[in-house]
Amino acid sequence: MTATLGTEQEAGTPEPDRAKLVVVGNGMSGARALEEILTRGGADRFDITVFGDEPYGNYNRILLSEVLANAAGAAVDNEDADGWDPDELFLNPTDWYAENGITLHAGVRIVRIDRHAKVVMGDDGSVTPYDTLVLATGSRSFFPPMDGMWASKTDLTPGVFGFRSLDDANAMLDHVAGARTAVVIGGGLLGLEAAAGLQAHGLAVHVVHPTEVLMNQQLEAGASKVLRSKLEDMGMHMHLGVKTSEILVTDGAVSGVRFTDGSDLDCDMVVVTAGIRPNIGLAMVSGLETQRAIVVDDRMRSVDDDDIFVVGECAQHRGEVYGVVGPLWEQAAVLADVITGADPDAAYHGSRLTTKLKVAGVDVAQMGVKTPERESDEFVQFSETGRGVYQTVIIRDGTLIGATLVGDVSKVAALTQAFDSRSALPEERVKLLFDLGSADDSASAADLPDDTQICNCNGVSKGDLVGCVHDGAETVSACMDATRAGKGCGSCKGLVREVVEAALGGAGAEDPAESYYVPGIPLDKPALMQEIRSQELKSVSAVFAALAPEGRDDVASKMGLTALLRMMWPEDYVDERDGRFINDRVHANIQRDGTFSVVPRMSGGVTSPDQLRRIADVADKHEIPMVKLTGGQRIDLLGVPKEKLQEVWADLEMPSGWAYGKSFRTVKTCVGTDFCRFGLGDSTRLGIDIEERFKGIEGPAKMKLAVSGCPRNCAESMVKDVGIVAVEGGRWQIYVGGAAGATIRKGDILATVDSHDEAVLITGRFLQYYREHANWLERTYDFVPRMGLDYLIGVIVDDVEGIAAELDERMQEAVDAYVDPWAADQQEATPGQFHDALPLIPLPQVPVRASEGAPA
Amino acid sequence: MTASDEAVSVRLGPVDQIPVGEGRAFLVGDEPVAVFRPRSGGLHALRAICPHRGGPLADGLLDGEVVMCPLHNHRFELASGACVSGGDVDDVAAYSADDDDGELVVSLVAP
Repeated sequence: MTATLGTEQEAGTPEPDRAKLVVVGNGMSGARALEEILTRGGADRFDITVFGDEPYGNYNRILLSEVLANAAGAAVDNEDADGWDPDELFLNPTDWYAENGITLHAGVRIVRIDRHAKVVMGDDGSVTPYDTLVLATGSRSFFPPMDGMWASKTDLTPGVFGFRSLDDANAMLDHVAGARTAVVIGGGLLGLEAAAGLQAHGLAVHVVHPTEVLMNQQLEAGASKVLRSKLEDMGMHMHLGVKTSEILVTDGAVSGVRFTDGSDLDCDMVVVTAGIRPNIGLAMVSGLETQRAIVVDDRMRSVDDDDIFVVGECAQHRGEVYGVVGPLWEQAAVLADVITGADPDAAYHGSRLTTKLKVAGVDVAQMGVKTPERESDEFVQFSETGRGVYQTVIIRDGTLIGATLVGDVSKVAALTQAFDSRSALPEERVKLLFDLGSADDSASAADLPDDTQICNCNGVSKGDLVGCVHDGAETVSACMDATRAGKGCGSCKGLVREVVEAALGGAGAEDPAESYYVPGIPLDKPALMQEIRSQELKSVSAVFAALAPEGRDDVASKMGLTALLRMMWPEDYVDERDGRFINDRVHANIQRDGTFSVVPRMSGGVTSPDQLRRIADVADKHEIPMVKLTGGQRIDLLGVPKEKLQEVWADLEMPSGWAYGKSFRTVKTCVGTDFCRFGLGDSTRLGIDIEERFKGIEGPAKMKLAVSGCPRNCAESMVKDVGIVAVEGGRWQIYVGGAAGATIRKGDILATVDSHDEAVLITGRFLQYYREHANWLERTYDFVPRMGLDYLIGVIVDDVEGIAAELDERMQEAVDAYVDPWAADQQEATPGQFHDALPLIPLPQVPVRASEGAPA
Repeated sequence: MTASDEAVSVRLGPVDQIPVGEGRAFLVGDEPVAVFRPRSGGLHALRAICPHRGGPLADGLLDGEVVMCPLHNHRFELASGACVSGGDVDDVAAYSADDDDGELVVSLVAP
C-alpha cells in the first residue's frame, strides 16, 4: 500500500522525499481531517501514518445510541427511522486506508511526542518520525469520583458503563439481557440517548441529574420541563436536582445507587454520562500548552509548535471546546487547507452551534443563546404543554441570536438559515414559528412525498434526489450534478439541500467545493483574488496554469474567471475569447434555435422617434421575427442569425444594451417630476445618468436597477438589485438586494441621500463592493442578506473600513475602461467569430410573429 | 472501427480558422460537424447539434475534456461524444479530426 504507491510515484518523477504526516487519533475528527487532507491532494504530498488506540477503522460515534437501541429489535426512536445498518457505523473500513496509501496502526497508543527530534513514540515501542503532526485524541467519559465506581485502578465495577466507544456499547449490550433496572447518571444529551436505548431493551430506566434542567447545556428551564414530561409519559423515571453519592456493590457487581439525601435505589446496571473530558495527557507530557484542552490558534495549530495541529474535542480554540460534530467538520477543513497549502491563510473563527436531535422520540432543536441576555433582546415564547410543544426565539437588533424548539421542529430549517446568515426577519416575529395561513413550501423536506417536484426547471423530484443518495452520492453538489436539480434558475437550491441532507441523515460530507468561487479552482473568492493579484494573473489560461489542480482548465470555471479578471484588471486584462460564454463572444443573447436577440441601449427607457424609425427599418430590412418590449423598458429584436449581427448593429447605429451579460443591465424609470403630477424627484434624469455611467459594467451576476420619482414606486424600485425612490424633501432612498424573478425579495434601505450626485455615488460604491465580494452568480438578493445589511451600511455609507474612496476609484477605472462592444467588434475579433454554428439548418427556427391586432 | 475508403473524408482548410480554445462548425457531406481545438492541444470533431434540444455545440465553452452546450449546459466528452452531465441526454456522434500539416481533415468515422 504505502510503499507501493510511493515507489510508483518516485519512479515517475524523481522528487525529493515526501513529507511525513502523522495523525494521532482515529475517531471522527481524525478521520475527517484525513479525508479533508486527501481531497486537497494530500496523498501526493505526504506519506501518511495514522495511530488509533481503538482496534477498528474509524466509526460514527453519533450512531452509538442507535447501536444500543437497534440491537433491541424494538421500534427505535432515533434520527434514522430506517434502522441501523452496521455498515453505516464505520465511516471508513480498514480497506479505505490501504486504498488511499495510508498506514494505519490500529490499537497502538502514542505515549509521547519528542518535539525536538520530531518523532512520536508508541506504547508498542515504535518510534515514528513526522514533519507535520495532527493530534485528534478526542475525549473520554468523565467518571465523577464516588465509592463503588471502580473495581480496580483500571476497571469499572461490573455493571458500570461509560457510553463513549463501540466497546462501551457492546459491553452494555452484553449486559442488558440479564438486567431489569438501569440508572443513568447525567441527564445530558448522551445520557438521555443511552436511557432511550436501554428502555428499548425493556429495562426500567432512572435518570439522575444534578440540576432541575435536563440537557442544561442546550436547554433552558421551560424547554427542559416539556421534554421532561414527555419522557415521563414514556415511562422514564426522573430524579432531578439529585446527586449520586455512591454506587452500591453486592458480590462484586452493581446492586444499586445511593443519593446524597441518603436514599437508595436498587438497580443492576449504571451508565455514567456525566460529561466528557478532552484527552490531553499526551499533549501535556509533551510540553504543549493545555488548559481545558490543547490550546490552538486560528490555523488549528498548537500555540507552541507550528508543526503540530490539533482538531476536534481535544482542541481549545478562543476559549471554546466543542463536543458536537459541526465544529469538528469546520476545524478539519481549515486544518486541511493550511496543511496542504490549498489555502495557507485559512482561518477558523469558531462555530455557531446548532443542535438538532431526537431524544426518545421527542424532537429537539437548539441554536445560539438559550435565554434573553439583555433588556433589549426580544423574546418570543410559545408553550403548548398538552401537546408537548415548546418554542422560543430570541432576537437582538433584528437578528436571530437563539432559538429552542421542542416537540415541533418543522421550522428548524428556516430558523437555522436565519441564524446562520443573520438574515432579515419578518416584522411579525411570530411568523418565525408559525405559517399563519400561508402555504409553506419549505415544510420539513423529510416529510415531502417522493413525487414532489423539487426543481421546476429540470423536473427533478424528491424521489430522484433521494435515489441519488441511495446510489452513493455524499454531497449536495454530487446530487445536483447527477440530477441537474438546481441547475436551472437556481431558486430551488435551498430545498434541494434540505432534501439531500435529510436523505443523508445529517449535513453529509462537508463539500469544500461549495466555497470555491468557480468549481475548477480550489479557492474561495478572497483567496483567489489574492493569488491573482500577487501572481499578476491576467488571463484565464494563466489562472488555470497557476492555480488549478495540475493546471487543468475547466469548462465550468471559464465564464466566472473571465468576469473576475475583467473586474480586477479593467485596463490590462488579457482577453481570451475562448474564456467567454457565446453571448459575450458575440454580444447578444443566444436563443433556443441558435439565433440571437439584439437589445440596443435605451437609457432609462427613454427613446425618440428617430430611434424608433431606425429600429423599425432594421426590423423590416432584416426580417426580424419578433420585436418586443422588454421588462427593462427597452426594445428587443429577436431571432437574428449570428452572421447578421454586425450588420444589424451597424444599421441600428445604437450602442449595446448588454442584455446578454452578467453585467449592469438597465435602469427602469418612471416619468418623475417632468410630467407626473405626483413626482418628487427627477427619476428619469437620475436613471439615465446612472445607466450612462455604469453601462455594461460586468459583475458576478446581472444587475437590474430602477429609479422611481415618488413612493408610489411605479418603476418597482423595491424589487431591484439597486432601486432608488424619491421621497419628500428632495431626498432619495436607496434600496439594495431586491428581486422579483425566480426569487422575490423586497430590497433593504441602504441609505437615504440628499442629492442626485450622492445617489449616483452610493450606487456605484455598492455595485463595486458587490463586484468585489459576491460569489459567482450570486445575485444581490443573496449577497445582501449574506453580508448583513448593517455591515453593508457600515462599509458603504459610513465608511467604517475606510475603503470607500478606493471603491469609488476602482469603479471609476471600470467606467473609464468602457468600450461599446458593438462598435469594437465591427471588425472580427477572432476568425469566424460570427460564423453559423448550425450549418444546413435554416434559421430562424423560432416562429415569425406579426404584431397581433395589426391590420392584415 | 477502421477508416474505410468509403468514409467521407474532407479537407476543410487551415486549422487556424478555428481559434485556440474554441470550436467552429463545418459541413462534411451532409453532416454538420463541430470541430474543437482545446488549449491543451489536438483536434476533436462532434456532430454539431446537441442531442438534448438542438443547441449549437460549436458555440459552446470547452476545456481539455468536454464541450458545454450553450443552451442548457449539457456536457459532452470531446474524445467520445459521451454526455457526462446527467439528466438522460443521448451521446453525440464523435468523428475523426486531424491536423495534416496545418490543414484540417475530418472523416465521418469514429475517432
